[in-house]
Amino acid sequence: MSRPIRSLALLLALVLVAAGCGASDDASSGGGGGGDDGTFTVGFIYVGPKDDFGYNQAAYQGSLDMAEAMGDDVEVLQAENVPETAESEQVMQNMIDKGADLIFATSYGHLEFAQNVAERNPDVVFVHQGGLEGDRQMDNVGTYFGTVYEPVYLAGIAAGATSETGKLGYIYAFPIPQTLANINAFTLGAQSVNPDATVITISTGSWCDPTVQSGAVESLLNKDVDVITQHQDCTKTIIEATEAAGAYTVGYHADASELAPKGWITGSEWNWGPLYTDIVKTVEAGDFVDSKYNGDYRVGLQTGDNPFVQSVYGDMVDDDTKAMIDDAKQRFIDGGSPFEGPVLDQDGEEVYAEGEQPTYDEVEQMDFFVQGVVGKIG
Amino acid sequence: MIEQVLIGSVAGGTCIVFAGLGEIVAERSGVINLGTEGSMLCGALAAYAVGIETGSPWLGVLAGIAAGAALAAVHAALVLHRNANQIAVGLVVSFLGIGITALFGQSYVGQGVVPLDTWDVPGLSSLPFLGPVLFEHDPLTYLSFLAVPLSVWAIWRTRAGLVLRAAGEGPEVLEIYGTSARRVRWIALLVGGAMAGLGGAQLSTAATLNWSEQMTVGRGYVAVALVIFAGWHPVKLLGGAYLFSGAIALQLQLQAEGWELSRYLLESLPYVTVLVVLALLSRRRIHGGPAALEKVFEG
Repeated sequence: MSRPIRSLALLLALVLVAAGCGASDDASSGGGGGGDDGTFTVGFIYVGPKDDFGYNQAAYQGSLDMAEAMGDDVEVLQAENVPETAESEQVMQNMIDKGADLIFATSYGHLEFAQNVAERNPDVVFVHQGGLEGDRQMDNVGTYFGTVYEPVYLAGIAAGATSETGKLGYIYAFPIPQTLANINAFTLGAQSVNPDATVITISTGSWCDPTVQSGAVESLLNKDVDVITQHQDCTKTIIEATEAAGAYTVGYHADASELAPKGWITGSEWNWGPLYTDIVKTVEAGDFVDSKYNGDYRVGLQTGDNPFVQSVYGDMVDDDTKAMIDDAKQRFIDGGSPFEGPVLDQDGEEVYAEGEQPTYDEVEQMDFFVQGVVGKIG
Repeated sequence: MIEQVLIGSVAGGTCIVFAGLGEIVAERSGVINLGTEGSMLCGALAAYAVGIETGSPWLGVLAGIAAGAALAAVHAALVLHRNANQIAVGLVVSFLGIGITALFGQSYVGQGVVPLDTWDVPGLSSLPFLGPVLFEHDPLTYLSFLAVPLSVWAIWRTRAGLVLRAAGEGPEVLEIYGTSARRVRWIALLVGGAMAGLGGAQLSTAATLNWSEQMTVGRGYVAVALVIFAGWHPVKLLGGAYLFSGAIALQLQLQAEGWELSRYLLESLPYVTVLVVLALLSRRRIHGGPAALEKVFEG
């Protein structure tokens, strides 16, 4: 080996070590070591760090809540920073070698790899957060997700009632159906209290680019927007910049009210614990096959266990507004939808007629902005 | 709206200006350093972490400078002592920086740092138009204003600058006069890394008040590209950096204005603008770089 190549190989090895440490894989809580000692073992993999104030932290918290609810019955394995690549198969296989009976793959891009590992390990159950099984349906795989747009609609009501200018801002990453549904629900919620409310959207083209985020906040403020919400992975820059400008914040992913003591209106956040616990109980009892979890399971206020819930209110939200929000929530519990017609798209074309409402599946394929949204998809 | 775009171009461009100036120093000495992205990230994290631990953003900035230089030292050691390929080592060092900061940064995600506050320049900040654009920023932004003319002076008007350029143009000649080209390049690379670290520190403790994994999102590579397109000149680099971040500010503003343009088109605007303008500017001097750039010199 020549000198430069040897040096390079050394460095590459170093990088691999660093990357390997990044995907830390540690066992925690309860029980003994091996898997065949009678305890039920559950593995969780996350695409990011477990303390990101966002999606991954919420899932991690859910796993802790589940572990607490189950007590000594389960052993929990955790792996964070697991990339959405074939490397994740290795991490999952390691968990199985340590005795995992059930694995939660919590990021959108983990699905394909979870399915691959599931094929090779028919005795282990895999549940995936947010995906749809497609044509690879197996007896040991299922997906689950909440209806995120329900609490976002409720937050929209509070935002519409709080805004003085009637202009709200929405900073998002990419126009995926889930984001479009959120933006539309937020807009319809705001319009339910202020029919003239508009929502100006800005896409950053990234789940986390803080420099662009702070520029986006400035641009929105410049257009008299006085409430800003977002669908981003790192949320802190936007919330703090909004607070510093004296504008209002609606949060997403987690309760960040401490970052915006003056401007925090409300938000939507995950509460995965109860759902995780129920899935674990179902699998442990041996009832997974053909259960509701052995498919594409979607939960909402109707089913009573939506893992996506409202955050705390700020002081500016008055009792009248809270009552309106409670009414809307009751409508959804009784079978209603934020997208109950009439709903018009940006061009004024009717998408859902009076009394009509989309199914969960249809919402997951949403591809339009409602009237009152400023911005272009694609 | 124009004012808004210009404010955005300065606010977003400062970190690139620092990183780019550092890269100019490195490349003027004859070494291309693609590790800039990694140095920026190390600087951003070190500044953020030390800022939180000590409560002093200025100690954080110093730590950021040191961290950027430390990563550049890895590059320097491999390139200058092992004669490894500059491009390959630079890329690997960048990934090393990304990996290290992702690892050690985990516990700082979501934590609050004491910010480097905005400091309005007395008198000047009340100027119409120019005031908000140039004189309502954090202290490091003002430092970047000074750093550009200072580096022009240092590179072309001082003996140190002459030695630096000699290392990049004809290291053999430098050796004849009894100065070690390797030593000059070591210093230049450390300065380059330190400047990139300073840029990263500005990003985390002044511009965004946040640390998150890979938060530079390629701005280190943008800085390297700008240096080449700017013909290794600090003033053109400043223009390029402001053009790039101004284009970002413009596309965000256009979205807020409700322009019915494709978001994909808008998001590529910064890159397209910089490529077109700087390609036009540097058309006549494509080979204007230091003569010994990238060449291995066994001194």
